[in-house]
Amino acid sequence: MLIRRPPDIAPSEITPPDLYRRRRAFLRSAGLIAAAVGTGVVLPASRVRAAAQKLPNTRSGTFSTTEDRTPYEDVTTYNNFYEFGTDKDEPAQNARSLKTRPWTVAIEGEVRKARTIGIEELLRLAPLEERVYRLRCVEGWSMVVPWVGYSLRELIRRVEPTGNAKYVEFVTVADRRQMPGLAYPVLEWPYAEGLRLDEAMHPLSLMCVGLYGEVLPNQNGAPVRVVIPWKYGFKSGKSIVKIRFTQTQPRTAWNRAQPREYGFYSNVNPEVDHPRWSQAKERRIGEFRKRPTLMFNGYAEQVASLYAGMDLKKNF
Amino acid sequence: MKALHNGQIAWVRRACFVLCLVPLGRLVWLGARGGLGANPIEAITHSTGWWTLAFLMLTLAVTPLRRLTGMNWLLRLRRMLGLFAFFHAALHFATYVWLDQFFDWTAIAKDIVKRPFITVGFAAFVLLVPLAATSSNAMVRRLGAVRWQLLHRLVYPIAILGVTHFWWLVKKDLTEPVLFACVLVLLLGARLVWRARTVRAVARVPAASVR
Repeated sequence: MLIRRPPDIAPSEITPPDLYRRRRAFLRSAGLIAAAVGTGVVLPASRVRAAAQKLPNTRSGTFSTTEDRTPYEDVTTYNNFYEFGTDKDEPAQNARSLKTRPWTVAIEGEVRKARTIGIEELLRLAPLEERVYRLRCVEGWSMVVPWVGYSLRELIRRVEPTGNAKYVEFVTVADRRQMPGLAYPVLEWPYAEGLRLDEAMHPLSLMCVGLYGEVLPNQNGAPVRVVIPWKYGFKSGKSIVKIRFTQTQPRTAWNRAQPREYGFYSNVNPEVDHPRWSQAKERRIGEFRKRPTLMFNGYAEQVASLYAGMDLKKNF
Repeated sequence: MKALHNGQIAWVRRACFVLCLVPLGRLVWLGARGGLGANPIEAITHSTGWWTLAFLMLTLAVTPLRRLTGMNWLLRLRRMLGLFAFFHAALHFATYVWLDQFFDWTAIAKDIVKRPFITVGFAAFVLLVPLAATSSNAMVRRLGAVRWQLLHRLVYPIAILGVTHFWWLVKKDLTEPVLFACVLVLLLGARLVWRARTVRAVARVPAASVR
């Protein structure tokens, strides 16, 4: 059997998912995507997804909402990922070119165990859970997405932040050859987002590698992203290549672009309008009437204490 | 270019009418087969708004094009183009009131007062109404050509408000609003240049010969 295998692979690493992945990469390189999908996944023939690879051993996690999930089709064709174009349908069209293997994430800054972690290790770092979260975009629409991943704190604990670490910065890949949107200075590239360390350590903050039980499609931030469900969507960095722990508040993409409109915190808050539009309501994708937006996107019970005593109008 | 006779102009107008229906036809066709993406209301809002601006630009392009090419029959398309701009603006406004806000008049009133991009967009729409209402030949006669023309110069501020509306609403990528603004500057600039030339030409004529 033809399997391309790096020479330095340890026998212990030849686990079924890895085997599958490499075999799939080989098949894809041979232009046999359809065949690859057929080997492992049963799909309706009408909708063959190039990235439809099931994630193994995913258990259903805590914190999941029971609300109706936004259809896979909508979750994967209506995206803001400016590196692939500013129209919502452009990421789905243009992100196919993103190579997600090999992939590493550099852990830097105020940590005792600064290092570069390969995606295979990241996938195995902690048991994968399904978390069905609400996603509220700053533009006034929302979705319900069954993400797959584990709490970001699992990673953070392992790299041991020093006492100086107060913030975490997430940097998105910026490769002009693969990302046509980078040719336009819409935002400062690379895209960088950040959280306070205690926000990143909150169990809701998700290190995400999949959705709908499958590997994350490129347009949704493959191979690894974060999901911070109580903040507007742009706070959740996609296709992450660097996680940096800092003492001072990192500069963040949308805040740099328009400081008056996008603050560092950007918590979902129906009482604090965007300077140009109201945030009181939202349109759930697939619904006709708008629904009221909930404080902290409905996660107030879990996260409100992070902001006790803070003026949320000032710290928008 | 050779002048067209009435029969030919009638054909051109029919063809133009059908062409002007294409954007809406496409929208209806896509909508009927669920092809408007995950957020169809947003898609309808954006499409009707974009085409309002496009038809406004086409309307404003008639005079400069006629001057440059001598194709005077273009003038016979202008009313139709202007009415299509109004038609799409009305659809755009209806989409906002009905599909987007679902007749939440309090929210709409707040939007108009508090959100500058909605304020200017709404102003542009309100100003378009009298132009559409006075577009018939009978209304031109009733108002008299001078007053009618004065009223219809409102199309200039309307176009500026419309492009501003687009400019102020986009989140960050200004490409399309900038393109519309460039077209508008060109169309209005041409008028200013010609006007300045006319004024100068008149000034050069000896006073005695000015009637």
